[in-house]
Amino acid sequence: MAAVLHSAPRIASNEGVLDTLTAALGDKVVAAKEEHGEIVITVARGEIENALRALRDEHAYQQLMEIAGADYPDRAERFEVVYMLLSLTKNHRIIVKVQAAEDTPVPTVTTLWPVAGWLEREVFDMYGVLFEGNTDLRRILTDYGFEGHPFRKDFPLTGYQELRYSEEEGRVVYEPVELAQDFRSFDFMSPWEGAEYILPGDEKASETPAPPPVDKPKTTENAKDTGAGAKTDAKAAKESDDKKEEGK
Amino acid sequence: MSGLVQETSPTTGDEEITNYTINFGPQHPAAHGVLRMVMELDGEIIERIDPHVGLLHRGTEKLIEYKTYLQALPYFDRLDYCSPLGMEHSYVLAIEKLLNLEVPERGQYLRVLFAELTRICNHLLNMGSHVMDVGAMTPNLWMFELREDCLNFFERASGARMHSAWFRPGGVHQDVPLKLLTDIADWCDGRLPELFGDAMSLVTDNRIFKQRNVDIAVVSQEDAIAWGFSGPMIRAAGIPWDIRKSQPYDVYDRMEFDIPVGTNSDCYDRFMVRMQEVYQSARIIKQCIEQMPEGPVASTDRKIVPPKRGEMKQSMEALIHHFKLYTEGFHVPAGEVYVATESPKGEFGVYLVSDGSNKPYRCKIRPTAFSHLQAMDFMCKGHMLPDATAILGAIDVVFGECDR
Repeated sequence: MAAVLHSAPRIASNEGVLDTLTAALGDKVVAAKEEHGEIVITVARGEIENALRALRDEHAYQQLMEIAGADYPDRAERFEVVYMLLSLTKNHRIIVKVQAAEDTPVPTVTTLWPVAGWLEREVFDMYGVLFEGNTDLRRILTDYGFEGHPFRKDFPLTGYQELRYSEEEGRVVYEPVELAQDFRSFDFMSPWEGAEYILPGDEKASETPAPPPVDKPKTTENAKDTGAGAKTDAKAAKESDDKKEEGK
Repeated sequence: MSGLVQETSPTTGDEEITNYTINFGPQHPAAHGVLRMVMELDGEIIERIDPHVGLLHRGTEKLIEYKTYLQALPYFDRLDYCSPLGMEHSYVLAIEKLLNLEVPERGQYLRVLFAELTRICNHLLNMGSHVMDVGAMTPNLWMFELREDCLNFFERASGARMHSAWFRPGGVHQDVPLKLLTDIADWCDGRLPELFGDAMSLVTDNRIFKQRNVDIAVVSQEDAIAWGFSGPMIRAAGIPWDIRKSQPYDVYDRMEFDIPVGTNSDCYDRFMVRMQEVYQSARIIKQCIEQMPEGPVASTDRKIVPPKRGEMKQSMEALIHHFKLYTEGFHVPAGEVYVATESPKGEFGVYLVSDGSNKPYRCKIRPTAFSHLQAMDFMCKGHMLPDATAILGAIDVVFGECDR
């Protein structure tokens, strides 16, 4: 592994932790890796509660700091639910994940940590991941009566509804979003880095037929072929003669 | 109707005493922003609280996904607008961790210095408003004067009083003038302890203040851990946990400072922990100024940190770097990290997922107030209605951060 140059928080050494934990969790583990100094363990969805209980009770990861959702629309199970665990006694952090789809609920961990209640509500609100056993799975951050799950990658940044205070009606009214200008998303990826679109102008390349073949291709092998006139030819010939002499 | 009507007492037949529900906020001066709490009261005793958050939800995390790494930085100032640099710190460290980028020493010292100045600034505001929530006016005004000094220092360093955007991946944006450092040192020795001490002398032994805070919202150590407490909230419970000490970042490992802890885990302890932290932060600031070496303030890796303007005027390559960094931005290697720092309010974390492009694929922000606010229900249970404001004040909640 490359030397650590950055000055991000230095936790206790990761050495051997990954092996110990994967061995301890056994067949609950789907994948495990250590990258960028982070230990990331993916566990089977149904086993998340048991896995986290084992980590909390047997491996001293006492605190659940955060549950993050993430959306990868290309995958069969598009969502990831990511649990950040902290050990106060071992001074160590690990990341535990499960994968889920829209219709596959994840077992709740409110049974282990009461703090998980709101954290799961947030993931549900933002991504629509369901948590089985969470008795209070209401929306939390979005508006009362909001529809959709705004952090999904296919949810537009501008949303669908906008609201304003209507002077005539004397209340706040909801209206479909109307943009004076389209949302501008600049693509800064260079075409050499695998752009999947045709660059402006390139479409002409296929339209224009190839030029017809010529009998005698034009070359400028010697000074006469330049077509600049007899006077210039003579001068050029003289200069090249001079050079030849110099070369000798 | 004839005959005798038996006289009945006006209260009989009224046996069914129902709890009633009131709305606290979202526009309430003691709610520290836009918090709506649906409270179920039995007389004046709180039975249940259901905090409704999200009234300030702006979708910061979603917006960040559409911005380059550098463009996303100013959003962090606007999360916890009382301690902007503390938020930036987590974010820049997360990027640096993915890039494995070295920050020059002077940059690290400057970051620590200003992170601590931010801590003082944040605590001054919080303690002032906490005191005001329980009925005192004067200390808040006095501490606002100190806070003004802090903001002036930020302005002299970055040009902006509040939303500095001064920490950058690779270091800080600009070097500070020497006069600013000497002024900060003088302030830490002079005005700060003097004025802060004055303000605290009005509060800490005040009978009313103690009656309003001592033994209010006592949280056991087990509960503090289970509810994901961090920062002054977990330290007030007697757990000496401070990320600056146990998981040092930047040059915190060279600093000498103490971690104040509480003994009783009530609102008064939370207040006192913050008060002591102000003095400790001043200690760290002085050490930073003492030890700070000369040198560059940001990495000289031109693929990440843009060159200065003077250099740009003379070097074509610098011009190209500048142009590329401010249009396309730098690319961050694919991967995921969770970086948490000790912000003034507790553990502020950033879970950053990169797909190798110039924009974050996912940036989850771990706010401090979210888990603390969730514990409002069990902390308030059985307390009186006016205690709710004291408890809320001691949590130190800012909604820009809680709702994101």
